[in-house]
Amino acid sequence: MQRGDMKILAIIPAYNEADNLRAVIGDLRSFGGDLLVVNDGSTDQTAAVAKSLGAHVISHPFNLGIGGTVQTGLKFAHEHDYDFAIQFDGDGQHRGDQIFKIVDLVKRGEADLVIGSRTLPGGYKMGITRWFGSRIFHCLIRFLSGQTIEDPTSGFRCYGKRTIRLFSRYYTDDYPEVESIITAARSGLRVVEVPVLMRGRLSGNSSITRRKSAYYMLKVTLAMVVDAMRGRQLIGES
Amino acid sequence: MDWTKIVSLALSTGIFAFVIWLVRERRLREKYALLWLSTSLFIILLTVSRRILEVAALSIGIFYPPSLLFLVGVLFLLMVSIGHSVTLSRLSESNHNLAQEVALLRKQLEDETAKREQGCKPAP
Repeated sequence: MQRGDMKILAIIPAYNEADNLRAVIGDLRSFGGDLLVVNDGSTDQTAAVAKSLGAHVISHPFNLGIGGTVQTGLKFAHEHDYDFAIQFDGDGQHRGDQIFKIVDLVKRGEADLVIGSRTLPGGYKMGITRWFGSRIFHCLIRFLSGQTIEDPTSGFRCYGKRTIRLFSRYYTDDYPEVESIITAARSGLRVVEVPVLMRGRLSGNSSITRRKSAYYMLKVTLAMVVDAMRGRQLIGES
Repeated sequence: MDWTKIVSLALSTGIFAFVIWLVRERRLREKYALLWLSTSLFIILLTVSRRILEVAALSIGIFYPPSLLFLVGVLFLLMVSIGHSVTLSRLSESNHNLAQEVALLRKQLEDETAKREQGCKPAP
């Protein structure tokens, strides 16, 4: 297959992002693939706005959380045989002009999952709580899978075909970013991190509040340790 | 027959009757009903004959029989709760998958309807 013929999908998970979507989709105008907004049971005009902007829209009947939302996009990508998919948040943090950085390695067949990192040289600063959590996850991931990931909570990602297949079968509901790295690495997929630039949020708040972050740490740690106890889950080529 | 006996007998037969009623109203599946029915039968049995509890407690070295009752009761409820958490996890997993399936199918339906409508339009 020629490189120019590759089918690429941008998955935009959106929960009440009607106000941000116009800018986000505008940012993706030069992207050159299909746009899919996965509307996670929004109570605002998210679906209608996305449709009017010419994106594919899939609406959950109720709120499933970020994991389920991304997974619906990956299931769509799997069903429609996309060669790779990118995750591009609907809140305006991710930048369209950075996509080529995360897509490149997957396109060249050198990686199965690429994570756009804010902490590598060339990235940007994050808050202290987030930084601390990131460091712990960084160590855990290195311990459990041998992978070195500086910014494991980043949701700016590119999924290759094999990763799409794996995650459309298994992807956790809440706080999936860190756990999915372990799942991918332990399934023999090549996980690579590249530095990218990001913006502050356009509007709305982060899904992880201070109060929830303790639960977040515990839940993700447990999930990762148990995942490591499952043994290798190799994905078949068929 | 002392008051304690009467009260606990009334309570346990009450639970028994309540569970039967729930099944009759189709508000409780037989699978779970069996569990609670056997529990209430067990309590009725213990109420009728205190000897059972005393013998059982003494035989495993517990000198105050009611504490055996508490121990067994707590452990039993713990197991039931864990069982329910497992069921709950399974149900939310299937609920999650169904929601995604519905969303994907609706998208497919919309696409096909749009395609058909476009095909039906008379040529300009």
